[in-house]
Amino acid sequence: MSAGVRDAAAGLACPRPVSGYAHIVLGHGGGGRLTQRLVDDVFARAFANPALAPLHDGAVLRVGAGRIAISTDTFVVTPRWFPGGDLGSLAVHGTVNDLAMCGARPIALTAGFVLEEGLALDELERLVDSMAAAARDAGVPVVTGDTKVVDRGRGDGVFVNTTGVGVVPDGITIAPARAAPGDVVLVSGTLGDHGIAVLSVRDGMGFESAVRSDSAALHGMVGALLAALGGDVHVLRDPTRGGAASALNEIARSAAAGVAIDEASLPVAAPVQAACELLGLDPLYVANEGKLLAFVPAARADEALAVLRAHPLGRAAARIGHVVADHPGRVVLRSRIGGRRIVDLLSGEQLPRIC
Amino acid sequence: MKFVDEYRDAAAVRRLVATIAARVTRPWTLMEVCGGQTHTLVRTGLDRMLPDAVTLVHGPGCPVCVTPLEQIDRAIAIARTPGVTFTSFGDMLRVPGSDTDLLAVKAAGGDVRIVYSPLDALRLAERRPDREVVFFAVGFETTAPANAMAVWLAARRGVRNFSILGSHARVPPAIEALLADGARVQAFLAAGHVCAVMGWDEYEPIAERHRLPIVITGFEPIDLAHGVLAAVTALEAGRHGVENVYARAVTRDGNVAARRLLAEVFEDCDRAWRGIGTIPASGWRLRPAYAAWDAERRFDVGAIAPREPAECIAGAVLRGAARPDRCPAFGTRCTPDHPLGAPMVSSEGACAAYVHVAALA
Repeated sequence: MSAGVRDAAAGLACPRPVSGYAHIVLGHGGGGRLTQRLVDDVFARAFANPALAPLHDGAVLRVGAGRIAISTDTFVVTPRWFPGGDLGSLAVHGTVNDLAMCGARPIALTAGFVLEEGLALDELERLVDSMAAAARDAGVPVVTGDTKVVDRGRGDGVFVNTTGVGVVPDGITIAPARAAPGDVVLVSGTLGDHGIAVLSVRDGMGFESAVRSDSAALHGMVGALLAALGGDVHVLRDPTRGGAASALNEIARSAAAGVAIDEASLPVAAPVQAACELLGLDPLYVANEGKLLAFVPAARADEALAVLRAHPLGRAAARIGHVVADHPGRVVLRSRIGGRRIVDLLSGEQLPRIC
Repeated sequence: MKFVDEYRDAAAVRRLVATIAARVTRPWTLMEVCGGQTHTLVRTGLDRMLPDAVTLVHGPGCPVCVTPLEQIDRAIAIARTPGVTFTSFGDMLRVPGSDTDLLAVKAAGGDVRIVYSPLDALRLAERRPDREVVFFAVGFETTAPANAMAVWLAARRGVRNFSILGSHARVPPAIEALLADGARVQAFLAAGHVCAVMGWDEYEPIAERHRLPIVITGFEPIDLAHGVLAAVTALEAGRHGVENVYARAVTRDGNVAARRLLAEVFEDCDRAWRGIGTIPASGWRLRPAYAAWDAERRFDVGAIAPREPAECIAGAVLRGAARPDRCPAFGTRCTPDHPLGAPMVSSEGACAAYVHVAALA
């Protein structure tokens, strides 16, 4: 057996060799037998569902009454495995959540993979299994997909794109422009967990931390919120890249309204706060993958908060601010000591400070 | 969080601000030297909670801002050299050089990496003997000990593919230079973390010579409010001298082990401060025994001809002589997205801080 070939007898676990290769080779993207075996043994096996089963060029879905929501996202996180999640589960949660933020009930996902020549097949299988498990838990099947293989050095192991389709019930219109003075801003839990969890295992930045990513599918919690408040849910947003600060800024601009938030009310877990203090980061700008911001009329804020808190993913939900007619397009924070400052969009990435 | 939340207590800050307001009888101008303190003042809004009679001007203590353009251009030239892995603290990457910045060098294929410690850069050098690993050693007395430690360890372990591109600055000569230049500042808030390393004996002759209060304080809102109160109290009473209100971190002698290491590895040198000019004995460079770890000697990048943007008034801003919003380019041709000068880059920079204040007004 040559070095690049898997020794099927090496492990006690049932081996699933893809024509004997332990790593992705260019032939896996060639459209021939290797591609077919990869699709059958890795993707179709993990994602098995009736819509995918025909392995046709596309999937055909039955859709009930309502409007269609579509969202797409591409996942390139480094490292691919981090406390509380991985690239595979994140690729499901991210797109499911984007649909949920439109008020949609997600019904199906597609999965596109860009694989770099040399990626260990074993790792690909583990990522795909994690993705399949996340899709199963969310009740959203992966119904069609695509794989491409790029030369070694032209990718970073594996990139995943997922596109999701969902149905928005009539009577529900969730849009940033609907934020209106008098609305209360709620957040479904602690801020910054995902970003700090990923940072804690990143090469060159490794530090010991108990922080786990909050990566989770939020459509269940959104469903509960919509069931209780219906059309009174004005805006939903999952504050991923750029954190809550960026999401609130985008909403303030879309709605041409001001957002006032209260620093003392922001839920931040103690280990996340500690890591941010040490690293010179602001948790308001750190990414989340299992949290949502909800804008609802003040009269229904307590009810909405109760619904969020009743959900397992929303136990730490909090009221963090409100929409005002002042400073349209701007987010203003009242600091813990009572001062005020603008919370602006960052120019680029949040860069750690020198001192 | 313990040892943090206590120093951000809103009621305690309000009491301190009220005491300052009760004590102040005429206008006073104080300079907070350190960029970290500017950052806290802006982030918490404390500067705008103080009585109008107390004016805080931001000092030259933002390491990003005072690093000379020539050194940034040199960093860019070294980072572009084949075989070099260039490491830096994050906020140096966006500082504009004459033509480009380090982020653009990275995008163009340069191996530029953010590290949190020079020791991480040293480890990288040990792991990758095939690469020349350079660390951009920028900062004040606060960051210098870790840089000294990295060089000292590299020497002990014989790590030859590691070097630092130094741009170390010292606070006391800068205060002295500002005062000699006629800065209209009646008291200083000295940087607690600088003094945690160096102690405060260097500040006593300055306070004595110029007959002004220098109050050593920290970086939390209560530390800063406490520092302002101590300075105002001394000014109102006509007292001068050094006062330490940051006793939980600063002692008279500072960190003796760190000072010993600094003296072992570095020697004083004249240093150019961006926008201010050369200040005698205001920097540190590697001693001859450690010259082998000096990136400036290791890499011949040819002549560097820095070109400052003509309209940038960063120098006057850093001396406390001009307010950022008096600059003709402020908020128009110079913004945080397209900075002309360094004070617009860092969140510690006075110009970036003013962008936010202007938007609130």
